[in-house]
Amino acid sequence: MRGLLACAALARRAAGSSGAAPARVRHLASAAEAAEAELKKTALHDFHVANGGKMVPFAGWSMPIQYKDSIMESTVNCRTNGSLFDVAHMCGLSLKGRGAIPFLESLVIADVAGLKDGTGTLTVFTNEKGGAIDDSIVTKVTDQHIYLVVNAGCRDKDLAHIEAHMEAFNKKGGDVKWHIHDERSLLALQGPLAAPTLQLLTKEDLSKMYFSDFKMIDINGYACFLTRTGYTGEDGFEISVPSENAVDLAKAILEKSEDKVRLTGLGARDSLRLEAGLCLYGNDMEQHITPVEAGLSWAIGKRRRAEGGFLGADVILKQLQEGPKIRRVGMFTQGPPARGHSELVSSSGEKIGEVTSGGFSPCLKKNIAMGYVKSGLHKAGTEFKVVVRGKSYDAVVTKMPFVPTKYYKPS
Amino acid sequence: MAMAASSRLLWASRAAAYLRISTFPRAFSTVLKDLKYAETHEWVKVEGDSATVGITDHAQDHLGDVVYVELPEVGISVSQGKNFGAVESVKATSDINSPVSGEVVEVNQKLSEEPGLVNASPFDKGWVIKVKLSDSGELSSLMDDEKYSKFCEEEDSH
Repeated sequence: MRGLLACAALARRAAGSSGAAPARVRHLASAAEAAEAELKKTALHDFHVANGGKMVPFAGWSMPIQYKDSIMESTVNCRTNGSLFDVAHMCGLSLKGRGAIPFLESLVIADVAGLKDGTGTLTVFTNEKGGAIDDSIVTKVTDQHIYLVVNAGCRDKDLAHIEAHMEAFNKKGGDVKWHIHDERSLLALQGPLAAPTLQLLTKEDLSKMYFSDFKMIDINGYACFLTRTGYTGEDGFEISVPSENAVDLAKAILEKSEDKVRLTGLGARDSLRLEAGLCLYGNDMEQHITPVEAGLSWAIGKRRRAEGGFLGADVILKQLQEGPKIRRVGMFTQGPPARGHSELVSSSGEKIGEVTSGGFSPCLKKNIAMGYVKSGLHKAGTEFKVVVRGKSYDAVVTKMPFVPTKYYKPS
Repeated sequence: MAMAASSRLLWASRAAAYLRISTFPRAFSTVLKDLKYAETHEWVKVEGDSATVGITDHAQDHLGDVVYVELPEVGISVSQGKNFGAVESVKATSDINSPVSGEVVEVNQKLSEEPGLVNASPFDKGWVIKVKLSDSGELSSLMDDEKYSKFCEEEDSH
């Protein structure tokens, strides 16, 4: 149970030992304790603790996994009212200069040049083999300024990757500089009350700002970068605020919503993104998975399909033509919730794939999962089995998102 | 497709960290007097050679909303300290170990339909299995209510 059984069991399972192994569990606990001392803290850390946040290590940061509300309550509340997440562990980055767009396009699959100023898109950083180094939201602020946000867990490798390529690019006469926004903190405000609440804190007309739009605006007196995006499937915003104003902004948002918008932790955030059919890098997307296999072909710009010019383009463009060998699918499963690594097998017992994320959907009140299967078995309605702790249960492919998304788009 | 070993370790450290970090003040869990308790947070109630087994209030409280209970078959043998089933919450999977050895004579089928009984009524309607004891001597190795309350306090204060 979270206090002991769950942790002990999870730690045991994760450590690959099935019997009772108190020594090993304790060893892990003390290792975690040592690691805890070195964890980075966001500007909101003490605010989380004061609000009952249960802090856990996540990608080198101490982050709230949940507050006093259960994960079930938090997940449902995000879709009925709203959620405020501290996502300051994620890394905001600006690329500036005449070379910013051509440089970034050498590393990602998006048609960045084709974006209108002040709009953004989901993209993928690829490696030479076409695999995903990370996924990222990239925004074209102007044709000489790109703003992007990368995953906390990928920060070091992403920055090293970008820096190495940037040096090479500039050596050849390119003009691009970067700025890592460590002076800012990122908050995500999601759910039906996100826009009405935020509107009370800014003069900017948010009804004119659509999904993926970006603006540098004043919110509650603070100079913010505002993106209409998120990771829940709901309408909402990601707000990059100067770190010294982060706690005050969080308080103002909660207060203006009359406490209907609730502080929400990483646990519910994971349930929400899974219900929305969104990938978690490290689970559903990895170095050896291409954007085509991950179902993100739509994010490869038309011009990029014709021209290539990004790392691994040969592999990816070939896959686009011939179809990938494996594909990411959504599933409903029976029995216990299937978690990452649960095997997928055909009725005759042949291994056909693996679950990469799964759990109980708080909004649908049933088990959902995503994973990879051989092409041909990816169509909605295809039935196979999922193996959980040695027993097989029915699984059926279903379209994603599991819960309809509510992005704010022009009608 | 296969998650990297590092992610597994991340989970392990996250899970282990849970042990230490969920310490914000909460109401004290209920502990019943006439039951015996295991360090892995199961309770057992003995009447003659019949033992009813469940998970404690403390355990359900830490686990959160239970969404699935994996029950064993009637007739199988269980051994003290060994796993016989599992409880699933939205985000966590948790083994249930048997506090006593013996043969499973009944399982709480209601939990298949209403796993939330484990949260709502951990010591009563949320019982998990009934066991015909094979060695009542084992009971002396379990904790009484006082010892178990202290055990939980200590664990939470870590």
